Amino acid sequence: MGLLDLIIPRKTFSHGGIHPAEHKELTAGLPIRRLPFAPELAVLLSQHRGAPAVPIVKVGQEVVRGEPIARAAGFVSVPMHAPATGVVRAIEPCATAEGPKAEAIVIEVYQAAPQQVLYDGVVDVETLTPDEIVMAVQEAGLVGLGGAAFPSHVKMKPPKGKQVEIVVVNGCECEPYLTCDHRVMLEKTDQLLRGVRIAMKATGVSRAMIGVEDNKLDAVAAIQAKLPAAGGITVHAIETKYPQGAEKMLIESLLGRQVPPGGLPADVGVAVFNVGTLAQMGELLPRGRGLIERVVTVSGPGVQRPGNYLVPIGTPLRFVLDHVGAKPTANEVILGGPMMGMSVASVDVPITKAVSGIVVYERDDADQKHRFVFPCIKCARCVEACPMHLNPSMLGELARKRQYETMEQQYSLNDCFECGCCAYVCPSNIPLTQYFRIAKAINREQKVEAAKAEKK
Amino acid sequence: MTGLEFMGVSVAFLTLLGLVLAVALAVANKYLFVYEDPRIDEVEAMLPAANCGACGTAGCRNFAEKLVAGEVSPGQCTVNAKDTNVEIANFLGVALGKVEKRVARLACAGGRHVAHIRASYDGLSSCRAAALVSGGGKGCRWGCLGFGDCGAVCEFGAIAMNRYGLPVVDVDKCTACGDCVDVCPKDLFSLEPISHRLWVACKNHEFGEEAEAECEVMCTACGRCAMDSPEGLVEMRDNLATIDYSKNALASPVAIERCPTGAIVWFDAAGKTFTKGRDAKKIIRKEALPVG
Repeated sequence: MGLLDLIIPRKTFSHGGIHPAEHKELTAGLPIRRLPFAPELAVLLSQHRGAPAVPIVKVGQEVVRGEPIARAAGFVSVPMHAPATGVVRAIEPCATAEGPKAEAIVIEVYQAAPQQVLYDGVVDVETLTPDEIVMAVQEAGLVGLGGAAFPSHVKMKPPKGKQVEIVVVNGCECEPYLTCDHRVMLEKTDQLLRGVRIAMKATGVSRAMIGVEDNKLDAVAAIQAKLPAAGGITVHAIETKYPQGAEKMLIESLLGRQVPPGGLPADVGVAVFNVGTLAQMGELLPRGRGLIERVVTVSGPGVQRPGNYLVPIGTPLRFVLDHVGAKPTANEVILGGPMMGMSVASVDVPITKAVSGIVVYERDDADQKHRFVFPCIKCARCVEACPMHLNPSMLGELARKRQYETMEQQYSLNDCFECGCCAYVCPSNIPLTQYFRIAKAINREQKVEAAKAEKK
Repeated sequence: MTGLEFMGVSVAFLTLLGLVLAVALAVANKYLFVYEDPRIDEVEAMLPAANCGACGTAGCRNFAEKLVAGEVSPGQCTVNAKDTNVEIANFLGVALGKVEKRVARLACAGGRHVAHIRASYDGLSSCRAAALVSGGGKGCRWGCLGFGDCGAVCEFGAIAMNRYGLPVVDVDKCTACGDCVDVCPKDLFSLEPISHRLWVACKNHEFGEEAEAECEVMCTACGRCAMDSPEGLVEMRDNLATIDYSKNALASPVAIERCPTGAIVWFDAAGKTFTKGRDAKKIIRKEALPVG
């Protein structure tokens, strides 16, 4: 960190991106605090990508904090662990943030229990083979904690014929408001670096790059201070620009490689992990524990006591909001960040492994009524802003005409990862990202139907 | 070469080229000729050109081809006026063919005045978009979201939203093309012959009080309709009354009489209006329920 940094522009991806107001100052300076246990925790069986976990406990059974309560149903699936000592009250459908109810294991927490993790076994990670590490990561129930919730162990096993040569660690946290990764990098630096080494060993690579946006230089310094001299791990400050934390953007920023359309990071020899995931990996694996809690940033103008909280998985959203003091005027709750997160229709949904932030807004109703949608004026700001080199203006026009197939076949709709840059910059308030979400959903549905028709 | 020679060569070349291509076209016309019944064009001209697909073919041209081939009967076009269909039948010398009128029916009665709304959705005004945000704001996750995608997609103007935010199908205008069936993100529409007079206007799969907390006119799975109707006509499947229309001949208004919520209804012979049972609670509220 010297004078040179001021002169040389920081690395970033080549096209698009936006600079939304960050609002990170609300919580960036607040250390991670533990949230108390809610009287009842609902652990959803499907809070990750892939097959839902299969319960291995019965109703009425007592469980110890950290004990496995559901097993993985296949390779792309992870087990669940009891987030608290208590008794299984029910295995029943529970409201979810996505809308439809889904099966969950509901645990009634013993209020007088000391809530120690009693279910563990010390493992010497140094002696494990890469395959054993992959298994251990699956058993720990680790998924991408950045928000996508993709099982981490699957990323450690690249598809056949692809070679991973470098591990990229995502500490960008480009979403406004969110600071949980920032705090993890500051407070759990040792665990993070241990996790990085585990990931490097599992994938068999000798290089790892930690990418951090330059609005978190204190985190860069903290990691730098603890880096071993010859570990193959380097930390890089890169430009603060949304969506820097999208894995394809980050790979381009750090390595100058572009992931081919429809491809995976493994196609360019990279495996990307979130810092939160690796910090948990570094903490859980040596002790043989499972993922039972995660750091969640609770922030936004509708919260009285914003902060970074260590929340047990399965805590009802209502309990979190009561604890942080949601203002009576608060009228919108978003799980995840404000750019890519989703509003929830009910505060009775449980916190899952994918929830990195809870942003509470108090929106002025009058202001919303003036948010008209105007016609496209072909200013091409969306084209400028799209990090995936797409043409959102054209895609939006096609979506309005319901030409969803053309969007996919001729305008690469499936490369859109719904970052929301186009809708953010649109001076006509056109809800482009929403259009694309609809188009993708309909295309998916039609493919399923076509497959069904073919079977008949 | 002089200018004149240049011109001569060009003219000769182009003439030759024209002659060769003309011969090729003539030969192709002779040997690659595909005979098409001229009646297809004439029949197509009599069809409405709506290409709606209600007849079950891929469009009006396809329907005309099949008509001439005798695979379908003119009566299957639900869009044409009856006179025009008679005209087609006379022209082709075939029977008109009787097809029972089908209409789109909505399996939801939870308007704003009876269905609980958890959260107000603010965004792109489309059911499809609302369904993607936490399943829409409605308490009942099976229920009609009320943004009118079905009305927007209907080419015949047969669907209008009523004051409670529920689509109402104009039976006279509905051609049973199925566009609303495809567009509804909650799959609430289905095409039913008007002889299907018994109808369950609900898709909620929850039981009892849990269901009633979400909507006042919901099927609570009490099972009275199943008890009161002839064996097998109405069955409770996954906490929802389900009608087996293969036994439609047995259907009578008896089944609806004891329904406590009025979720099962009886349509009149024209399929236009329906009646609820005598025990169905009377809804006098007109205004929307509060959000939350």
